[in-house]
Amino acid sequence: MSSLMTPRLLRNLLPAISLTVLLLAIFYLQPRAMSYLGLNLLLNLALPIAFATLAQMCMMTVNDLDLGIGAYVGFVACIGATFLRDTPALGVLMLLACVAAYAALGALIHLRNLPSIVVTLGMSFVWLGLALLVLPTPGGKAPDWIRAIMTWKTPMLPFTIYASVGVALIVHIILMRSAYGAVLRGVGGNARSVERAGWSLLRAKVTMYALAGVFGIFSGLALIGLTTSADANIALRYTLLSIAGAILGGGEFVGGRISPIGAVIGATTLTLAGSFLSFLRISPDWQIGAQGGILIIVLALRILINRAEAK
Amino acid sequence: MESAQNRLQAVSRLPWIWAFLAAFLVWLATIIFTQGQGSAQILSAALSFATFSVIVGIGQMYVITLGPGNVDLSIPATMTFAGAVSMKIMDTQDAMVLPGLVIALGCGAAVGTFNFGLIRALRIPPIIATLSSSFLVQSAAIAYGRGIKIKPPPMLAEFTTYRIAGVPLLAICVVGLAVLMGVVLHRTVYGRSVTAIGQNQRAAELAGISVGFIRFATYLLSAVLAGLCGYLLSGFSGGASLNMGAEYLLASIAVVVIGGTSVAGGFSNLPGLWGAALFMFLLVTMLNTFGLSAGFRLILTGVIIVGVITLAGGRKQS
Repeated sequence: MSSLMTPRLLRNLLPAISLTVLLLAIFYLQPRAMSYLGLNLLLNLALPIAFATLAQMCMMTVNDLDLGIGAYVGFVACIGATFLRDTPALGVLMLLACVAAYAALGALIHLRNLPSIVVTLGMSFVWLGLALLVLPTPGGKAPDWIRAIMTWKTPMLPFTIYASVGVALIVHIILMRSAYGAVLRGVGGNARSVERAGWSLLRAKVTMYALAGVFGIFSGLALIGLTTSADANIALRYTLLSIAGAILGGGEFVGGRISPIGAVIGATTLTLAGSFLSFLRISPDWQIGAQGGILIIVLALRILINRAEAK
Repeated sequence: MESAQNRLQAVSRLPWIWAFLAAFLVWLATIIFTQGQGSAQILSAALSFATFSVIVGIGQMYVITLGPGNVDLSIPATMTFAGAVSMKIMDTQDAMVLPGLVIALGCGAAVGTFNFGLIRALRIPPIIATLSSSFLVQSAAIAYGRGIKIKPPPMLAEFTTYRIAGVPLLAICVVGLAVLMGVVLHRTVYGRSVTAIGQNQRAAELAGISVGFIRFATYLLSAVLAGLCGYLLSGFSGGASLNMGAEYLLASIAVVVIGGTSVAGGFSNLPGLWGAALFMFLLVTMLNTFGLSAGFRLILTGVIIVGVITLAGGRKQS
């Protein structure tokens, strides 16, 4: 038993265990949640948050933090509900420009050695301003094909679950199993040695930022697929949620220690926290408090496991 | 040795000039556009609003000076929480103004202690610790305040909006606070320890500085100042509201960076906070006067913040 449950394995399983415990608690409180419809309602909004969390995780891989991701997702949602529906070509072009902007941001931050927190916080104003220009008042309409994907009635389990698992596995293979993925994570671990080994730090940073931009786009589009209309402020809370989700999923903020599967699980756990409270008949006022509480509990458990490992 | 150190200090204090210069130029552009109309009122309003950014900016600056990774993300939540609790307890009674202040500062102290407790107990980066605690604190503020805007006692409202010959009384007090905190930073063992830790934590430790205690005191200071700011801002704006702290997350970090404090830690700049806070407010005023829409205003604000940090970062590197 003790040889099987090593602290390392336990630490890797911690995000999945937290999610399972939360799910079991919800099923115990409300057995009817254990159905196709119930799961769909519970996990409805998990996918956009999971994508935002993956974007945040990309930034954390190279030891940066994105405090503008929420505003960015909101901007993408606004483009999605206007240009992407009315003039698809222009809409796609604008989304590509968004990714290019993120890549440029990565280059700027690397070349000038800037603190990512301040730059992305400044950029959050830019994204919010652009979103207001595109869509001054809440409205717009999601393109039908996005709506069709997001409301797809998949067999057995809701679409969100298949999509989350698929995305988590794909990103896991790209970042954790590929050769260049190891280099990218190495930048967060020891940038100097990666550079000495002949890899371009600039290229690595630009890649990760562009990837964050791409996941931000997926997040925004998935979001309007569910809400059908957009609003410049629609995703502002994603900024803090995505950081919490990435940490909850085993990301360590420094050292390039990340976990794509964990990040998706972390985002799902945070989404469930709200439902859990409502099943306990606790006022939704405490929703963000519960998310903070879960974060602290999981971090505390991780410390306990690390201590056990040190012994 | 002594003179070399003085010269180094003189150079490190120089960057604040740029913030004031930028603030002056923006103000000039505004009054040229309005042909001199309302130039004094604009300055007076700028002083009023800058005051609040400076209060939280001082705390954030001390925290950032501790070195890379140190930043307090719980400032907005602490402001909201302290504002809501103190307003509710004072219940618009003048006699409660001072107890209310003590309660607001106490709320800040509690959050600061909790923040440092998390950093210490969970051994997590301060960003994550202050972020987690801000979730809890914000929730507590929402649950406690219940969305009702409680008016401040008339005496507090009067104090926070009082002007002497157009100059806000509160601004004068906060200039005093800034001077005091400047003296603390440059002339006391505590202040010098903060700077020393920011420059090289290992060396500071070996020199016998109690790093843990200094960090605790600094996170406490930042949260207490956030509590003070929440109390005063509630008085100024006619009550505590649940999103009143929101804009101060960016404001507190931006005034520190634009004011010439090194984001890498170890070099702080107090006068720059005022310059940067005035600049931020005057910039928005200027864009408003030019009649730009909210969207353009936000974009330009963001571009200027990114631009300033790009230039400041470049200067530091060379």
